[in-house]
Amino acid sequence: MLNAQVEPYERLRENLSQRDRSLREKVMTLEEAASFVQDGMKVGIGGSTMSRTPMAMIWELVRQRRKNLSCSRAITSTDGDILFGSGVSDHIITSWFAQGILWGLSKVMRRHVEQGLARYEEWSHMAVGMRFRAGGMGVPFLPIRSMLGSGVMDQRPEAKPIDCPFTGEKLLLVPALNPDVALIHVQRCDAYGNAQIDGLQFMDIDLALAANRVILTTERIVSNDQIRRAPDQTKIPFFCVDAVVEVPYGSAPHECFGLYEPMLKHMEAYVGQVNSDPVEGMRDYLERYFYAPKSWNEYLSLIGMEEVLEASQRGRSIYND
Amino acid sequence: MTDTPRYTASEILAILSSRQLKDGQVVFAGVGTPLLAATLAQRLRCPGLTILFEGGVVGAFVEPGKLPPSTNDQRCTKRANMVLGSADVLLLLQRGYVDIGFMGGAQIDQFGNLNSSFIGDPAAPKTRLPGTGGGNDISSLTNMIVAMKHEKRRFVEHVDFITSPGFIRGGTSRAESGLPAGGMFRVITELAVFGFDAETRRMKVLALNPGVSRENVQDNTGFDLVFDEQIAITAPPTEHELETLRMLDPERLFTA
Repeated sequence: MLNAQVEPYERLRENLSQRDRSLREKVMTLEEAASFVQDGMKVGIGGSTMSRTPMAMIWELVRQRRKNLSCSRAITSTDGDILFGSGVSDHIITSWFAQGILWGLSKVMRRHVEQGLARYEEWSHMAVGMRFRAGGMGVPFLPIRSMLGSGVMDQRPEAKPIDCPFTGEKLLLVPALNPDVALIHVQRCDAYGNAQIDGLQFMDIDLALAANRVILTTERIVSNDQIRRAPDQTKIPFFCVDAVVEVPYGSAPHECFGLYEPMLKHMEAYVGQVNSDPVEGMRDYLERYFYAPKSWNEYLSLIGMEEVLEASQRGRSIYND
Repeated sequence: MTDTPRYTASEILAILSSRQLKDGQVVFAGVGTPLLAATLAQRLRCPGLTILFEGGVVGAFVEPGKLPPSTNDQRCTKRANMVLGSADVLLLLQRGYVDIGFMGGAQIDQFGNLNSSFIGDPAAPKTRLPGTGGGNDISSLTNMIVAMKHEKRRFVEHVDFITSPGFIRGGTSRAESGLPAGGMFRVITELAVFGFDAETRRMKVLALNPGVSRENVQDNTGFDLVFDEQIAITAPPTEHELETLRMLDPERLFTA
């Protein structure tokens, strides 16, 4: 039986053959890169929880008022609130969805899901990863040994339990996930999109390989010579990448390994505001931080110099002995 | 409990949990009490304890006063042996490299099944909870220690939803569901230490925390508990344990 969720292999290959995969410069602005994301698309989001979230790209999609995106991410934090609260997304595929363990439940997520305004499609963390991996491998599924016997599996008719043809054991097949576009934020890349990631890589390599388009935001653009001096640090090859946007502090108020930790004062104020009133609180937050600023730099100014510097000091301290 | 306890419920939870770990083990730890308890064990008795985090960390050695706010933050990597992809660190569980999975819990039942997804009917939930994260993977693939608050509404006969499987319906139902390895090993609360009957797989009391009676535990539990024939009384936290714990979490992020 055909699973409508899985992209036919012919279409995946056709999509790739149509992409310009030559070694070419692809530096552009957030506004220009957003044109790769159309209403209703499947969008994979890199990083995890409060780490290396492609916040600047999400910020731009909110400002351009995209709609009905189906988003997928390893673990979802305030980015999920914002995607739901702004109306950019009405469907999020993930394994965990709240602002952060420090703050309990997300009232924004609860309101949207409990009132049927949006769907939170829950998979185990490993299942999300194996769905991206299958997508990146060009196979329609991968077998896993978790989710079996649980309510999480019962909720997911998209996953198929089978008896292994070799051993007879029960296994669960999880379908490949090939997003139309992936949004990934990295510490550095060159103008071609050779991306180097420091520290935790999460599912970003599989995600980049799986997606039909990749928008890379980066803390800084470096020369191709610099990339070639340490090719072992390159985690995503240029031919996966369609857009490169330089956005310093592009994960704020979340963290970017080695550069800044989460801006927790801002996060706490955000959580207080939206959890006390998930409708008006979210509307005010989006107006103030997403719609009103003229630029990403102005958004950072609103978060505040002190907060940004403090987060940077903590971020860089990871390299201290 | 005594009238003026020297420690909080979260503190005894972390300390008793840490005592369950053995030097040399490979432990997959969730954020909060598990992370804290595993780190505490490392400092007190188990310098060779290897801690894994689902963000993609092997061999974490978390800095005192710099507890990570999730298992996906850079602080998790401090002095680690390796960082890797998050799917890959979870696959280590599937291959069998992990001795103990260590998590918190919101709601648990008599067979050790955990719910962190829905309160009420999943089709029309009263409360949508955050979900599994790596919890389902960890509990499906290794032996589990769960550290959680002991309240009647959290200790129920049947969970509303099985997010992370324990022994499912008891007996051999876990293996029959396709989970031949692992299962619930211990549940630690501020009242007692629990194990699971080898046949029925129902939760049973192994030891009472200092100052806690059988009635206290039963009164705070939503199903009939099995009591082991010889119930031990757990030794109270030592000054050294408490001092070390407070040194690790001076801001009381996870021990308030």
